Amino acid sequence: MNTTQTPLPAGNGFLSGTLPILIAAAIFVFFAGLIPTVAQGDVAQWSVPWIPSLGVEFAFLIDGLSLTFALLISGIGTLILLYSNTYLAGHPQYARFSLFLTLFMLSMLGLVLADDLIVLFVFWELTTITSYLLIGFSHTAEKSRRNALQALFVTGAGALAFLAGLILIGFAGGTTSISGIIAQGDVLRDHALYLPIFILFLCGAFTKSAQVPFHFWLPNAMAAPTPVSAFLHSATMVKAGVYVMARMHPSLAGTDIWLWTLTIFGALTAVFASILALRQTDLKQALAYTTLMALGTLTMLLGHSSGYMMTAFVTFLITHSLYKAALFLVVGCIDKSTGTRDANTLGGLGRVMPLTALAAALAALSMAGLPPFIGFIAKELAYAGSVGAASSPVFVTVMALAANALMFAVAGIVALRPFWVAPGGTYTREPAEVPWQMWMGPLLLAGLGTVFGLVPALIQGPFINSTVAGLMGAGADPKTLKLWAGFNLPLYLSLSTFALGLLLYLSHVKMRRGLEAVFTRVPSLDRGWDSFLAGLKALAAWQTGVIQNGSLTFYLAATFSTIAGGLILTMMISGMPFIEVNFEGLTWKTATISVLVAAGAILTTVTNSRIAAVAALGVVGIGIALMFIVFSAPDVAITQLLVETLVVVLVAVVMLRLPAMTRLEFNAKHAAISGAMGATMTVIILAVLSTPLNRRLSDYFEIASWPDAYGRNIVNVILVDFRALDTFGEVAVVVVAALSAYALLRTTKGPAA
Amino acid sequence: MNSVILRVGTRYLSGILLIFSVYLLIRGHNEPGGGFIGGLTGAIGFVLYAIAWGTKDAREALRILPQTIAMWGLLLALGAGIWAVLFGDAFFTGQWWFAGADPADPKDKGLPISSILVFDIGVYLVVLGSVLTIVFAMEEEV
Repeated sequence: MNTTQTPLPAGNGFLSGTLPILIAAAIFVFFAGLIPTVAQGDVAQWSVPWIPSLGVEFAFLIDGLSLTFALLISGIGTLILLYSNTYLAGHPQYARFSLFLTLFMLSMLGLVLADDLIVLFVFWELTTITSYLLIGFSHTAEKSRRNALQALFVTGAGALAFLAGLILIGFAGGTTSISGIIAQGDVLRDHALYLPIFILFLCGAFTKSAQVPFHFWLPNAMAAPTPVSAFLHSATMVKAGVYVMARMHPSLAGTDIWLWTLTIFGALTAVFASILALRQTDLKQALAYTTLMALGTLTMLLGHSSGYMMTAFVTFLITHSLYKAALFLVVGCIDKSTGTRDANTLGGLGRVMPLTALAAALAALSMAGLPPFIGFIAKELAYAGSVGAASSPVFVTVMALAANALMFAVAGIVALRPFWVAPGGTYTREPAEVPWQMWMGPLLLAGLGTVFGLVPALIQGPFINSTVAGLMGAGADPKTLKLWAGFNLPLYLSLSTFALGLLLYLSHVKMRRGLEAVFTRVPSLDRGWDSFLAGLKALAAWQTGVIQNGSLTFYLAATFSTIAGGLILTMMISGMPFIEVNFEGLTWKTATISVLVAAGAILTTVTNSRIAAVAALGVVGIGIALMFIVFSAPDVAITQLLVETLVVVLVAVVMLRLPAMTRLEFNAKHAAISGAMGATMTVIILAVLSTPLNRRLSDYFEIASWPDAYGRNIVNVILVDFRALDTFGEVAVVVVAALSAYALLRTTKGPAA
Repeated sequence: MNSVILRVGTRYLSGILLIFSVYLLIRGHNEPGGGFIGGLTGAIGFVLYAIAWGTKDAREALRILPQTIAMWGLLLALGAGIWAVLFGDAFFTGQWWFAGADPADPKDKGLPISSILVFDIGVYLVVLGSVLTIVFAMEEEV
């Protein structure tokens, strides 16, 4: 073989390349420092008030479960950032990439550390948004955009249900503090709202963790660059759903519906996904489906509550994160080195890429569940739990056996064939070992899987025992992780798994064809998604055509009849307001102005000249300005006059260009709408005037204006001092309105203009 | 609009309107006026100019894009709020400096300079810029 090294492209600079790695590493070290605390069974808590009126606190808690997740997230995050810095070296948008990835990592950390339902949800959505950005990173590819949007829609829709579920949980538990709710024991299980809570909560968790039937977005999310897939689909994003199920396990689990729902959906997902994984020839796609299998298994384990099941859950969680991240990164190395990920083409890379091959082998052996790797222990524990499952031991065991055997076969396809079997095709470039930044991550992760398998005591204390204690509460009985547990049923099940797995591996090429034939005939949810979106778009187009038909007359009629209708309805429901009409304050001045205003209004509606209509409208405005002067509000009067002037000028400018007006016909419908609008407004103003004026605020401003704000013009002092923040908001709106109007005017240059 | 009378008259009127607008802005704290009214008056000055001479000339007279003026106004108004924060007060609390005032005489305020005035100038610029953004665009469109 030629020894030409893959040339190392220029780095990405300190700010976008190295700094994120250092941040992630620092976070990892910080959490590692908490291991002794958590191993003793203590928890670390930190909180500041956030929304005191609702009792919502920005609260964080570190216990076994969150520490396990936090270390996996920050540890794998560090390695992924290191890997990406080389994998995507010199990418023109690398800064954006590392920003998204770092933000995603921080959101994920916030999610697993949150000890408040609302905080949890905020971070939950942050992971949705940042993962959307990551999946759609190659935004020039249409497929990438479509798949990112699909992931966003599916998980976003689930998140809405999730939010509703969290609010109900907070309502039922009387607090939004997660630890506070868990401390109350059966409060949720005994609550009348348990069923709605359960359904809404699982909608969120199942969409996020891609359980059947919401699984289809996950394999599509592989459109992202490989390091993203490694991160999102190993320890993070997709595990968020599993995490919340585990987090709320003490409060929600233990009921029959929880047990059976999670067991059935989890088992179906696991087996269905493993079969689909076997079908894939793209290594990355195959791994994506095995992630589904892992999520299904974790869900199934979480359905139960026994010590074996919980211990198996934590062990498999760690196991899967380690080997899956490693394997994704390995596939990235293969892709980078050879330019292909096709299982049929790849082969013979073992000699060329020895370190990558070693990492792949260690990770795959753990994935296959062979001793002495941690995967073996996880599988044994799962079997031990399955044979004593509270749901149906036979169902759970058979499903677990099927999924594990399929996993065994996939491990061989992904990590054995590319390295040790003769290539099935020719490479477009000469493969070579990848630089150290790329092989180190997978090797480290796979190596850890080996070390933990050989010395399970390393993770027993800090992670397994403390997490199981958190999941099971007072009566926790975490099982001891060991490689050799004697000749027992789990061991025989393991041996059957290997036998069955080997059989599947040897016949997978033949089976693939059969599967292909079956799956092309079965309707696919992914294609269903496309027709669903197309239908939605058609509906939106139809609805827009009906509601926004482009006729200004129609818009105005709709707006005013809605307002008038709403007001009349309110009055009908709450009764006619108290109205007292008196003409005491009427002087000849106000009477004259009123007549002028009324005359202007009438002229506006009956004239056949546009200019006359605008001028008559101006008369109305100026009349009102005069009224302000009479009641000594010069500021308001000046503003009114100026605005009126500007409006007349603007409208005149537009009207000069309009075609001559046709003779106006009497329109009964429009007359009715205007009549209703005018009548309701009159009633409302009369009602307002009949209510005694509360002068508390005006009095305060009159007194405080000069001594506090050094201004004698109260109106202006209120605007720029007492209520400056409001004014700031208003001027911001003015700017936004101006810019929007500008944009509209500039884009509507039609042929008529 | 091609009217000699309007054109000649506008030359003087626009200038007077602009000066008057600044006058309205500054007196606003104690007498009727203020940034909003001042901004509208100033805008009318330029609108008049645009009607008489065309928007191209009006834009040249303004020199700066009206959108830019509005954005700077917004920034200035925000700055007035941050000013208070820098001095340890709540956001948008008025900050005052009575230049040359006699501390012994409580009635002598000297020349008052304040974050309030800066805020009002911001409002003035926002209104001026926003109105002109819309009016110029509209006149150019039709």
